[in-house]
Amino acid sequence: MTDPAIDVKHLCKSFHGRRVVDDVSLTVGRGEIYGFLGPNGSGKTTSIRLMCGLLTPDKGSGTCLGFDILQESASIKRRVGYMTQRFSFWEDLTIRENLEFVARLYEMDRRRETVDLAIENLGLQGRANQLAGSLSGGWKQRLALAACMLHKPELLLLDEPTAGVDPTARRDYWEELHKLAAQGISVLVSTHYMDEAERCHKLAYIAYGKLLATGTAQEIVASQKLFTLAVRGDGLAALAARLEAMPEVAQTVMFGTALHVSGTDESALQGAVNGTSSGYEVTPVETGLEDVFIYMMNHSRDNFGARP
Amino acid sequence: MRLAFSFTRWWGVVMKEFLQLRRDRLTFGMIVGIPVIQLVLFGYAINSDPKHLPTALVLGEQTGFTRSIETALHNSEYFSLVTAADEQEARTLLAQGKVQFVVSVPQDFTRRLLRGEHPAMLLEADATDPTATGGALAALQGIVASAASRECRGALAFLRGKPDPFQFIVHRLYNPEGLTHYNIVPGLMGVILTMTTVMMTGLAMTRERERGTMENLLASPVSPLEIMTGKIVPYIFIGHVQVAIILLLSFLLFDVPFLGNPLALYVAALLFIAANLTVGVTLSSFAKNQLQALQMTLFYFLPNIMLSGFMFPFAGMPKWAQAIGNILPLTYFNRAVRGILLKGYSWTDLWPHLFPLLIFCLVVMSISARFFKKTLD
Repeated sequence: MTDPAIDVKHLCKSFHGRRVVDDVSLTVGRGEIYGFLGPNGSGKTTSIRLMCGLLTPDKGSGTCLGFDILQESASIKRRVGYMTQRFSFWEDLTIRENLEFVARLYEMDRRRETVDLAIENLGLQGRANQLAGSLSGGWKQRLALAACMLHKPELLLLDEPTAGVDPTARRDYWEELHKLAAQGISVLVSTHYMDEAERCHKLAYIAYGKLLATGTAQEIVASQKLFTLAVRGDGLAALAARLEAMPEVAQTVMFGTALHVSGTDESALQGAVNGTSSGYEVTPVETGLEDVFIYMMNHSRDNFGARP
Repeated sequence: MRLAFSFTRWWGVVMKEFLQLRRDRLTFGMIVGIPVIQLVLFGYAINSDPKHLPTALVLGEQTGFTRSIETALHNSEYFSLVTAADEQEARTLLAQGKVQFVVSVPQDFTRRLLRGEHPAMLLEADATDPTATGGALAALQGIVASAASRECRGALAFLRGKPDPFQFIVHRLYNPEGLTHYNIVPGLMGVILTMTTVMMTGLAMTRERERGTMENLLASPVSPLEIMTGKIVPYIFIGHVQVAIILLLSFLLFDVPFLGNPLALYVAALLFIAANLTVGVTLSSFAKNQLQALQMTLFYFLPNIMLSGFMFPFAGMPKWAQAIGNILPLTYFNRAVRGILLKGYSWTDLWPHLFPLLIFCLVVMSISARFFKKTLD
């Protein structure tokens, strides 16, 4: 584990005068599962495309698997498996034909064996001649992952691989990712799901093109210094509206039957909540990743809104 | 950038295109359907030397002479006579488009003729469409001569006038009967190839972009050259299938002669198909989706059909139009095919029409390689 899998610095990319990626620096170690989080349109996809040479950055530099992202994109492409957000294999080809085509594109030896093995691992032996377009969402994602893995890449770039996939299929998918990571394959995966974020070794949170936080889940939670109280009782919606208006309260988020109220000053928050919510059950809880992300997103929006 | 061409990758692209094509029923239908439909429609329906045109005859008198003219008009095969009561009715028929011509013979025509007064008949033509009237009007001179020679005999021989001091002898070479379909059917080969191959390659490339699969291709090690040439190959094959269909039909249905060398035709077709495919690929690198690719194909198709000499005589076009026609591959291919089929061109005859195709291919290919987007920017 000498050099990191991804090491990019100060990446910038604009489309039509709009900064989509703004000064993003990121280091992904070998064998690491690195979660890439952020709201829609925050620049996750663009950042991933910059790293694998599908887009050229306006500014910034870096290496991917030790190759320069500006000069050596051909070498990077051979060693990276990139899975697009939308299913981007050929729906009018069968599963086997798709895999065989990919094997040819990467000039692999013993293609037939490799493809057979991949189909077997997928558990799709009986359906290898089915058109890829007729697969369900979960199967499509698994096929896409298998196709990305076919040429045994050292790094996987996965762009929202589990969007629209049911929980069981997602769990299987993540088990697969962890197995791959254990074999030393690095993974950069973007996601919207908090449970998935918690399964990553490290996380990066991006909003409006800017990287807001990086580190382990615990580090990110700690970095924001948020305190959270859980409030239970009836009529929480009305209470939330009242609490939101108070300066001591940074945000309120509903979690099932509990309302999470967060603030940066512990005693002020406690005072504010206790003063407003008599008759409710108030317990301090640990601030979760989701609380922190919602907080960061609202915060960054405020910062950006102030800019001309 | 390393200029590496991998046969394995290239063959992968070729195989994939063939597989996709095989599953695309509509495209397959187009490959066979368009040549058959176009050939039958153009071959049977279009005639630039129309005959049996409806003609109203207004006779101011009934004499042996007028009957003779009637017969001569009829025998020319250009005129199909209907009788009109008077000038008024004939004019109405002409205005309504029910007749193409009105022939009026004045009342005392025969009498004045016999007196040697050199009388005139009137032929009014609906000349809105020059093609419709051209042939018939050109035949008039012969009709007068034939009627005159029949009637002006014996004592009337003096009316015949002296023969012309000299004459032209006309040999219609390559298409002695002047059959339109001898010209149209070989011309259609290029038109059909232009239409289908440009469109199909244009669609093949934009389809990848529209379905998001282009991102996948670009993320793999496959090079633009491999993608472009790999996508072209299946359509070269399809183009030749179409050429075979057209040749077979033109032989079976229209008896179009094939005087030249089949190999020469094959080479010309290969070059021409390649030229069209490079155009298709280039258009598709500018088009954002399949609809735009189709629209661009139409833009390319129109000047080709109008200015290549397929529909209208090339020599009759103004200089600027000829200049445009001279950069279109269809212009050269039309000349080559007509030459091979009807004139029995040899390789030396053919060369002037082949090398422009070659140049066209190279130029367009380099343009498209230049504009192919290797990244998603």
